[in-house]
Amino acid sequence: MPAPEPGPEKIYSDKLAQGRFEIQKCAACGRHVFYPRVLCPHCGASRLDWVTPSGNGTVYSTTIVRRKPADGGDYNVALIDLEEGVRMMSRVAELAPEQVKIGQRVKSRVAEGLVEFVPA
Amino acid sequence: MRGSVAIVGVGLAGCGEAPGWSETEIAAAAAKNALADAQLTSRDVDGLVVASTNIFMPGLSLAEHLGIHPRFTDSTMVGGSSFVGHLIPAALALQAGLCDVVLVAYGSNQRTGVGRAEAGKYKAALDPQPFEHPYKPFNPPSSYALAAARHMHQYGTTRAQLAEVAVAARKWAQLNPEAFSRDPLTVDEVLGSRMISDPLTVRDCCLVTDGGGAFVLVRADRAKDVAKQPAYLLGAGSAHWHRQISSMPDLTVTAATESGMRAYAMAGLKPSDVDVIELYDAFTINTILFLEDLGFCRKGEGGAFVSGGRIAPGGELPVNTNGGGLSCVHPGMYGIFTIIESVRQLRGECGDRQIKDVRIALAHGNGGVLSSQITALFGTRETL
Ligand SMILES: [Zn+2]
Repeated sequence: MPAPEPGPEKIYSDKLAQGRFEIQKCAACGRHVFYPRVLCPHCGASRLDWVTPSGNGTVYSTTIVRRKPADGGDYNVALIDLEEGVRMMSRVAELAPEQVKIGQRVKSRVAEGLVEFVPA
Repeated sequence: MRGSVAIVGVGLAGCGEAPGWSETEIAAAAAKNALADAQLTSRDVDGLVVASTNIFMPGLSLAEHLGIHPRFTDSTMVGGSSFVGHLIPAALALQAGLCDVVLVAYGSNQRTGVGRAEAGKYKAALDPQPFEHPYKPFNPPSSYALAAARHMHQYGTTRAQLAEVAVAARKWAQLNPEAFSRDPLTVDEVLGSRMISDPLTVRDCCLVTDGGGAFVLVRADRAKDVAKQPAYLLGAGSAHWHRQISSMPDLTVTAATESGMRAYAMAGLKPSDVDVIELYDAFTINTILFLEDLGFCRKGEGGAFVSGGRIAPGGELPVNTNGGGLSCVHPGMYGIFTIIESVRQLRGECGDRQIKDVRIALAHGNGGVLSSQITALFGTRETL
């Protein structure tokens, strides 16, 4: 018997481990879905297809997590709105944490199995 | 449901520091005090409601400890809003005749017992959040910080306005001999204190204390025979739209808009009818968001609304008269304390911080990261 297909979270992280960032899109209502689900959280339909987002996003909100320099120093945590209409937690790299601003345009990249963003 | 049940006893235990006490023992001590307040004993209790962040089956643990055999048990866990939320199933169980006396209790030793950092490691292993944890938000503060930053961006809310919330809470705490933090606090001190997750400083964040609380709920017909003035449940409403902050639809609008509407509708009341407000202020932004979402001011105007001492002692609108989670007590899940202070204000037992002629009190619980919102309205006998 073939092994059962893994759940959407595992499929997502396996793709990411191969450097591919994909999100779901509902075949019924056409809306994008993130994080990966078993059924569409917008309309309840069950067919969700994997699609590659443009990677274009906007910083919706941002914070600087304060950490002692000895532990690695301050870092950024941000919420990014993708142009596909979904939001995700991530970080903006290549900028000092205090330079990350709400409304900034950013572009996704995959780094060490994680989606992060850089200034567009 | 309006007016069908009433709280007839409240109790606290272990608030502040309770070294050498287990969570169940603190809950049991609070229960003992609430039952004594109601002039009942553990033998009278046949309904038990309890929630915990650490204990696997808290209803079973507390029932065993108290030696009671409940006919009705609920341990619904919706974070810090749980105990406000428990009013709804407890009232339904009483109305249905499933039980006659419900005890709702909470205890936590998060300050002196198993540390939050240690507990957090176990929770992250058992209940991973793979779409947030890899980015290392320092939660819960970072999630509330993201909401505060967005509110500031969208509405021009300032850090000084957030600080006004902390200062008002401290001024109330100074009138409450049971409050944990009673030293003077100024807006400048809040602004100058250690940043945790921008824009929130340590003084924008709730306390980390031990503590427990309990209350006893009975049907209104039985409430007539009790010693102290019953606090009648006039309305209750619940709503949640997300668990993780990254799934919150709009970080400036909470589900309190819906929970509040439901509670007001059941009670037949509106915000201007409320005499005293007890909100779950885990962070200063909470108070601003909930005052907006519960209809005390318009969306976006919460920062200006809390300024100038409006919610502090002597201000127009008394909010968090015990000192709140920011200055009175915060043992991990604060919700039950919004109810206890509401009942005490309705009874007129609050000493220096007592508001005059309280007829209607609003208790609002928040759980998760602005996730679960549950609103309850209580009133004196003449509001029935
Ligand atoms: Zn759909």
